[in-house]
Amino acid sequence: MAELYQTQRAMRNIRRAALQRGVIGILDIGTSKIACLVLRFDGTGTFRETDGIGPMAGQVNFRVIGAASTRARGMRRGEIETMAETERAIRTVVAAAQKLAGVRVDHVIACLSGGRPASYGLAGEITLASGKVGDHEVASVLAACDAPDFGKNREVLHAQPVNFAVDNRSGLPDPRDHVGNKLFCDMHVLTVDGDMIGNLVQCIRRCDLELAGIASAPYASARASLVEDEQELGAACVDFGGGGTGVTVFIKKHMIFSDHVPIGGNLITQDIAQGLRVGLPVAERLKTLNGGVEATGRDDRDMIDVGGETGDWESDRRQVSRADVIGVMRPRVEEILENVREVLDAAGFDHMPSQQIVLTGGGSQIPGLDGLAARILGPNIRCGRPLRIDGLAHQLTDPSFSSAVGLALFAAHPQDEWWDFEMPADSYPARSIRRAYRWFKNNW
Amino acid sequence: MPVVIDHRPSKAEAPRVRRDPAPSRLTYRLQRMWLTPLYRRVVRVGLPAFLLAMLGGLWLADEDRRAALTGSIASVVTDIQSRDEFQVRTMTIEGASPVVERALRAMLPVDLPASSFDIDLPALRLQVMQLDAVDTIDLRIKPGGILSAVVKEREPAILWRHQRGIEILDRGGHRVASVTSREVRPDLPLISGEGADLMTEEALALFDAAGPILPRVRGLVRRGERRWDLVLDFGQRIMLPETGAVVALEAAIALDRAEDMLGRDISTVDLRDPSRPVLRLGIDARNTIRTARGQPMLDADGRVIAENEG
Repeated sequence: MAELYQTQRAMRNIRRAALQRGVIGILDIGTSKIACLVLRFDGTGTFRETDGIGPMAGQVNFRVIGAASTRARGMRRGEIETMAETERAIRTVVAAAQKLAGVRVDHVIACLSGGRPASYGLAGEITLASGKVGDHEVASVLAACDAPDFGKNREVLHAQPVNFAVDNRSGLPDPRDHVGNKLFCDMHVLTVDGDMIGNLVQCIRRCDLELAGIASAPYASARASLVEDEQELGAACVDFGGGGTGVTVFIKKHMIFSDHVPIGGNLITQDIAQGLRVGLPVAERLKTLNGGVEATGRDDRDMIDVGGETGDWESDRRQVSRADVIGVMRPRVEEILENVREVLDAAGFDHMPSQQIVLTGGGSQIPGLDGLAARILGPNIRCGRPLRIDGLAHQLTDPSFSSAVGLALFAAHPQDEWWDFEMPADSYPARSIRRAYRWFKNNW
Repeated sequence: MPVVIDHRPSKAEAPRVRRDPAPSRLTYRLQRMWLTPLYRRVVRVGLPAFLLAMLGGLWLADEDRRAALTGSIASVVTDIQSRDEFQVRTMTIEGASPVVERALRAMLPVDLPASSFDIDLPALRLQVMQLDAVDTIDLRIKPGGILSAVVKEREPAILWRHQRGIEILDRGGHRVASVTSREVRPDLPLISGEGADLMTEEALALFDAAGPILPRVRGLVRRGERRWDLVLDFGQRIMLPETGAVVALEAAIALDRAEDMLGRDISTVDLRDPSRPVLRLGIDARNTIRTARGQPMLDADGRVIAENEG
């Protein structure tokens, strides 16, 4: 874990340097689209109260000065499949956003949705030798969390302290300066496939960009689309993406669970293409323009031209009713929602004090989805849109950009992670010179 | 729908190749380089400025080209300056005597017609103001190519005789002209003595006050740059005090009116102390008194003539 600690710390330093320079890029690499936002940080919150955007979640100290999105290439199920293609897509979107912003972007914060995320809740405890909690004790208790075997080649993406307790006082967000005998902590760790992160880093490096941070896409979209009360009282955010559906559970403003259902919008498109015997672009158009999950009697008479450029005149002039499209889509959407239900059940969402579920991501724009989801997931359902941030164009404020917006918030105000605390000196690898230096510094 | 459909390979359009929307790696790098502020500034400002400066420098490095450049600039300037609209053809002078007019025309540094750019009016004005006869001059170039000079000459008010000759002064004591003799301007009163030109105002006031005896007045003499002597004919003089000279002179004239003082044989009326006027008798009067008293007579120098010698 020490190596990971160092790399994450290095990324934090790069992020700090980027904030000092004032420009940072946000790269949301999804399965169906890649979005890039260019943020300008001016530090003091000069951009205020324009466009009805108040200082809600600390998003006042930055402004979007360039935004672009393009079709993703070389991606499958949230993972990079063809590196060169993905690199071209990143180049396209970064070049477009840079051109719009008029500045050069050197540092990006990226997010990824796939990579088989697995979340763990860890607990640690130490005895307070000095009887009081200080920075050093917090770092020690985080280091004392007993990590299970994450598996081969897994990388820790997030390691956030969720809860601290001193003796019998639990639920402390910040235990420093508390007096007691024992310090406990709960930490939520999200691990993903290490090779996938390696591929992403490699892709970004080949575009001459420096990685200033990396986050999980479901976490980012939950930060953007859950309002503050929902984050505090407990809510689940379901992010319908192209390659998969991310599920995140928040309580007390911390992510406590995250999982990924590997069925997404692309599979729905594929079903339409197979069921109606049309090409994938035509199926995508049918899904986006005429899709739905609740069929009514009128939809039987609502005939849609299939269209297409296959060269087969008869095939291109076919008509299908809207009810046909809905009939193909609905089972797949139900399957996704049932999988989400299973994930939530596995996470113990039933025992949460609040049963709020927020649907976001591009797939949440299917008409009638909230009605269907209410039947499968539970009554408290709403379709969430990302938080408004300053300078973002209107066409980029729909739910499919919630993870990009969440990454912008993450860039501005990252939550405390394990690597934000100094590692206790005794768990340093054998670097005797530094230890000797420390010893001299402390004792002389 | 045509009856016969042409199925031959057509020359119409080749199948369009869909272009990759992604920028190539070189394009991407160039674009990023172009967005670098320093590079951008260098290319957009520094490089053109450097090229311009270098081209200019190289072109100007040759002596002949520099000369040609300055020559062409000068020729353009003269072309414009010698346009008909800027030509000054005549000079009109108002209010000047013929002598001053001739001097003014001689002072003009260029021959008319000339360009108005060649006539430096302030310098010309300063030069003309050095003429003593000119009080003020208003020089301007009027439309139509006329150089107009409105001159106000100094008025001669008094003659000043000093060691180097006789000069005409105006009321303020400024020199107007020199004359060779007093007879040139018999109408002007005469003053003399060092520093007399500084007190012309007082001198003119004294001449005004001397009204009744003016025909007898020969002139005023400044004594010791301090006070005036009024010199009459037959060698009579009235010595005036330093201050209140006019009042003292009026008192002397009143005495003259009452007693016909100046008609008698009196050589000097000494009014230097206004409270105690002193008369100096002429030699004849004194001899008359002396003979009446039976005293020996005096000669012209005031010495007693010895009895034995006469």
